[in-house]
Amino acid sequence: MKTKFLLSILPLSLASAMAFSQSIDVQVTNLTHGMHFTPVLVSAHDSNTHLFSSGQAATAALQTMAEGGNTAALIAASADSVVNTDNIAAGLLAPSASSPVTAIETGANTHLSIVAMMLPTNDGFIGLDGWKIPTEAGSYTILLNSYDAGTEVNDEIVDTVNGGAEDGIPAAPGMNAGTGASGVTDMESNQTVHIHRGNTGDTSLTAGISDVDSRIHRWLNPVAKVVVTVK
Amino acid sequence: MKYLNRKAGTLAIAILSASLLSACGSSSNDNANETDTVSYDITVTNLTSNQPLSPLFAQLHSSEYSAWKIGSAASENLEILAEGGDNSALLNAQSSYVYSAVSGVGAIGPGVGGMLSIEADVNSEMSSDLKLTLISMLVNTNDAFVGKTGMDLSSLAVGQTVKYTLPTYDSGTEANSELAGTIPGPADGGEGFNMARDDVDYVARHPGVVGVDQGYSESVLNSTHGFDSPTAVLTITRTE
Repeated sequence: MKTKFLLSILPLSLASAMAFSQSIDVQVTNLTHGMHFTPVLVSAHDSNTHLFSSGQAATAALQTMAEGGNTAALIAASADSVVNTDNIAAGLLAPSASSPVTAIETGANTHLSIVAMMLPTNDGFIGLDGWKIPTEAGSYTILLNSYDAGTEVNDEIVDTVNGGAEDGIPAAPGMNAGTGASGVTDMESNQTVHIHRGNTGDTSLTAGISDVDSRIHRWLNPVAKVVVTVK
Repeated sequence: MKYLNRKAGTLAIAILSASLLSACGSSSNDNANETDTVSYDITVTNLTSNQPLSPLFAQLHSSEYSAWKIGSAASENLEILAEGGDNSALLNAQSSYVYSAVSGVGAIGPGVGGMLSIEADVNSEMSSDLKLTLISMLVNTNDAFVGKTGMDLSSLAVGQTVKYTLPTYDSGTEANSELAGTIPGPADGGEGFNMARDDVDYVARHPGVVGVDQGYSESVLNSTHGFDSPTAVLTITRTE
């Protein structure tokens, strides 16, 4: 608290030059019944940085993550000052599973963003956009919604051959999806980042409109819980 | 009406754990062994379209107790409530961390508010770590329940009210088949609790129901049984 008081009486320019690194712990829990998350990226950055913005078109790097789970492009597109902590669950984060508690030194960064693709979806992802890290020590819980990147039609056809490079769902890690679907839709009416409308699914493993199972691969928001402990 | 807890009428009183009965009635907390009575009025409003809620179930307890945990298997007592709306097993369960438990009377229809009161005699150590759990089944589902566990009451003063919106969980103990004979509520009149576990066997947020109107022709549910999050609003007022 002493630090906070000192900063408040300093001129703004001086205060920002004296920004101090924070030590935080981050844990992400998959709240869903049947959806997997691809490697979870936790990014500490300044107030002007966004991995995604609702109502705006996804960047190519976000699209790569949302359609295939690959976070490399998002990391490569980051400014040098950004502290990226990738893959905190060491692979897929299964339904109802929690990542290890992950210690992060934020450097001069003040805000936190988190993304990971949801499987099986075409371009659904969990998202935290620029959450201001509190300066007061304590434990903070944040609930994350599912977003649609708006970059791929939600045809719900599993296409492991192309691995998500083309339209299609790259994988269904629960191994409980079907094949042979005709496709739910060939339109993506909102091509900006928006709240995901959810999977449609069907109950046929060999035909129907969707390869995902409507009894298993659906969800209601929120889909993830993040606990941030400021030390 | 299989989902109604027939015992609710007679059990709708706080059950005090035996260890607390020896020290009631004090108005001072200077001595850690002395206890005061705390009591709370609870209202739950059903926000769903067509999901009656089974009789409310509430517990006062310490932070050592949790009625469920995301990612862990449901207890059999929770399974009995989540699959059949019957809270009697939870009501009768003994735990040194649970100070009192109470059931409401009767199901709560959509758009209706249900009420119950709960009280316990607690010493200063217990009151500084006092938590509330509330659970109720969405009876037109296989094993969905609305609720929250571990709500902190330690800083709620007499006369104050706190409000929560409640999410819906899936106990993970029964597959969401929606088939005839598997759903205890009026949509089906089927089976409640069955000790077989044919689902993922962990507690998670509920994915929602599908229903016949969304192309699942074998389902006994229809679009009216759908729900989103939250499914209920909870208010807690401390009265003593």
